[in-house]
Amino acid sequence: MTALAARSAAEIANRGTPHSALIRRWSEGSIKFALLSMTLLSVVTTIAIVGVLAGEAWGFFSMADQPDISLWSFVTGLEWSPLLGARPAFGVLPLVAGTLLVTAIAGCFALPIGLLTAVYLSEYASSRTRTILKGVLEILAGVPTVVYGFFALTFITPYLLQPLSSGFGTYNAMSAGIAVGIMILPIVCSLSEDALRAVPQSLRDGAYALGSTKFDVSAKVVVPAGLSGVIAAFLLALTRAIGETMIVALAAGGLAQLTANPAEQVQTMTAYMVQIFLGDAPAAGVEYKSSYAVAFTLFLITFVLTWSGAIILKRYREEYD
Amino acid sequence: MAAGVISTSRRMLSNRVFLWSCLAATMIAILLLSVLMVSIAIEGWSSISWRFLDSFASRKPAQAGIKAPLLGSLWVCAICGLAAIPMGIGTAIYLEEFAKRSRLKRFIQLNISNLSGVPSIVYGILALAAFVRFFGLACADEPWTLGDPESLFFIQFPFGPSVLAGGLTLALVILPIMIIASQEAFRAVPPSLRQGALALGSTPWQVVRLVTLPAAMPTIMTGAILAMSRAIGEAAPLLVIGGFLLVFQTPTNLMSDFTVLPLQIFNWAGRPQADFHKLAAAAIIVQLVVLISFNSVAIIIRQKLQRPLQS
Amino acid sequence: MTQPSTPVRDADPATAPPTNLTSDPRGSHPSETTAISMRSLNGWYGSNQVLHALDLEIAAKQVCSFIGPSGCGKSTLLRWINRMNDTIPSARASGTLSLHGIDLLDRTLDVVDLRRRVGMVFQKPNPFPKSIFDNVAFGPRLHRTYSPTDLEELIEQSLRASALWNEVKDRLDSSALGLSGGQQQRLCIARAIAIGPEVLLMDEPCSALDPRSTASIEELIRELRATYTIIIVTHNMQQASRVSDTTAFFYEGRLIESGATDVLFTNPKNRQTEDYVTGRFG
Ligand SMILES: Nc1ncnc2c1ncn2[C@@H]1O[C@H](COP(=O)(O)OP(=O)(O)O)[C@@H](O)[C@H]1O
Ligand SMILES: [Mg+2]
Repeated sequence: MTALAARSAAEIANRGTPHSALIRRWSEGSIKFALLSMTLLSVVTTIAIVGVLAGEAWGFFSMADQPDISLWSFVTGLEWSPLLGARPAFGVLPLVAGTLLVTAIAGCFALPIGLLTAVYLSEYASSRTRTILKGVLEILAGVPTVVYGFFALTFITPYLLQPLSSGFGTYNAMSAGIAVGIMILPIVCSLSEDALRAVPQSLRDGAYALGSTKFDVSAKVVVPAGLSGVIAAFLLALTRAIGETMIVALAAGGLAQLTANPAEQVQTMTAYMVQIFLGDAPAAGVEYKSSYAVAFTLFLITFVLTWSGAIILKRYREEYD
Repeated sequence: MAAGVISTSRRMLSNRVFLWSCLAATMIAILLLSVLMVSIAIEGWSSISWRFLDSFASRKPAQAGIKAPLLGSLWVCAICGLAAIPMGIGTAIYLEEFAKRSRLKRFIQLNISNLSGVPSIVYGILALAAFVRFFGLACADEPWTLGDPESLFFIQFPFGPSVLAGGLTLALVILPIMIIASQEAFRAVPPSLRQGALALGSTPWQVVRLVTLPAAMPTIMTGAILAMSRAIGEAAPLLVIGGFLLVFQTPTNLMSDFTVLPLQIFNWAGRPQADFHKLAAAAIIVQLVVLISFNSVAIIIRQKLQRPLQS
Repeated sequence: MTQPSTPVRDADPATAPPTNLTSDPRGSHPSETTAISMRSLNGWYGSNQVLHALDLEIAAKQVCSFIGPSGCGKSTLLRWINRMNDTIPSARASGTLSLHGIDLLDRTLDVVDLRRRVGMVFQKPNPFPKSIFDNVAFGPRLHRTYSPTDLEELIEQSLRASALWNEVKDRLDSSALGLSGGQQQRLCIARAIAIGPEVLLMDEPCSALDPRSTASIEELIRELRATYTIIIVTHNMQQASRVSDTTAFFYEGRLIESGATDVLFTNPKNRQTEDYVTGRFG
């Protein structure tokens, strides 16, 4: 009976006329072409970003009526005062320093807390607790950054910092830094946790079999084994911190100064760009053009960081593949 | 023997301390979220009303509302999703299902991960040049127009600071996220399904359309919703392209002026008066409600549709 | 991908006449009954040669078993017959391999059409996460080689042919993932049958199944051989002797011995074959 059915299936299956191979190849080719063009768009985007930034920055450095401006004075200058006084100064270092100060505060806050939370999630938490905590982190990750800026301005500064010391003004690097830290916390947590969970169970079992405590296993086996992934997570989080805009625009202040004092206000690269694009600076003016040079600097810094993060991540993926 | 015992108890102590610090760190995350939510709820709750949702911006805090930014956010997000989701899926399909392992593929992959690290404000600068001004190829003061300015299908070149430009800007921001999430979804489809479909004589595109794309779809949609919730909270790139206007109308077509909720929040939060801070907090509540409903949809999709692909 | 950059042949056996695997007692001309033939077939993954100068003819409408220890290249050979190796960028082959005279190593060969003529069943059942009906209809819908009004009948006959019809006829719309392992594997056979192939390749189809399901699939293979040319890879000597007309024994990428199954198992010419079939090495 089976044999009979097989014969009739074979017969029915070959009764019709198959699709034309020519049409099939042609449509397959055009779909592949369409998908490839979509893919190349991402390359075009990168080229366009570099093109626009480099072109406009070049325009800034070669402005005929601004003989003082040069790449050298931009990179090494210690004073940034584009809007003040008769002789504006365009030394980017105060902006870079402001960015780094805020990022450093954010890092000091988020990296240890994030890593410890990741260890807890991957090594200690029951799967139920994990699900709940991951939900909390997901919500934190989804909160718009402007909300953290508002939180910094209306809660962290007046209720946490100012009671501690009267040195904190309305705008200060500390509260912006803490808020940026809260913002990057979920990134640190979830990426480090991925790295820790990728460590093979056999490594842990081996350590337990030697009589290790959970602390020994976590701190001396799991974290070192997942270290490159954790470092990549840190780098990606710091990149986000450097590029963060709305928090610093709201809470860090608007005065570009070279300081390491977290109670003072600072201006970051992104905050300067907001100031220019929000204001009515004429599009041909030197302040307006300077924002492109700042943007290019920001792009280069984040590019280098992301790139190193991607390379480290790639290496750690290979370790367990 | 005695030495061993002491060292064991010391190790137990460090074990304890470590557990407690992990727990404390975790608690901080939860505490932060609670303080954030509670402080904003206290500040903003009193301003939430139907009138608040249904009024335009105003100089007087008592009359101000978020009608324009709320609808602006919807328009911009819809455009962003329509542009970024298909592009992201298409790119992921090419990279995961079509591209051979080659130097070009590695380059594109590295490029995408670099793009995902570019600060959003930089995308704003690109969009300002590309969408708002068309690289100066067309005159911004006298745009070429197509259709009736009142109609839904009105288009002008360059786009200017319009909802279309805003949506495309956000699409640039989330495109790398969308691509990476979709790629992971495709990688999670068991290779045996692909092999089965190929062995039946499917072309590569048929494999995608009939097998891998349907199997990857729930994960892709979860990723898409998370990407969209990033987009709906973005303010910086829109601020650069000039979406920061006091807008007294809701968008009627792709060329309308617009503002979005995060920009409105930024505007109110940046003012010194406490009354505006209350409005900002109220707008944040609305924004968070929208976000949390987004996330719940993502969670429901994840749980409902993630059937096992293999028994 | 599929054409060798330089055809490399092993020197010694290349000139020897191919082993005739036809065990037809009436001794008809091999050319009439040969479905698949290969001459000095070599295969590589990158620089690693895994098939060495294979010469073999496989008769139409018979069951042929490939046996040999793991890693000896059985799956690789199968995957050349339906060109699934095209999906592995490093795979290359040289020599000749043909199906009813069609050159299977031709770079311009339409692999979609080839795979319609050569069905494949994998080691682990891999039904699509779709309904039972849609699984079987998958291939026919791709190729449209049936006439559309016949689809339901085609599904029924295919499921009958794979001896699954009675178990699933009342739940064709339920998910294929709800079937047991043995049922899933028979569904995969039905899915392959529904495209109307001439050849069925089965790569260890029973290794993931329990003994009862294995028995029903063996039964099925014996029934199907009237209609299809079947090649089955197996590690189970009893299975090979139960289901197949001819057997080929491979070792380290070389064909050691081939011929009628009963001869090969009871009276092997080669020492290695004897050791292997009697279980002295595995
Ligand atoms: N995709 C692949 N890439 C590289 N080498 C492979 C691949 N698949 C199989 N091989 C190698 O080819 C040889 C033959 O493998 P295979 O044909 O799967 O053996 P069998 O099916 O007889 O167990 C093995 O040495 C295996 O390691
Ligand atoms: Mg095998």
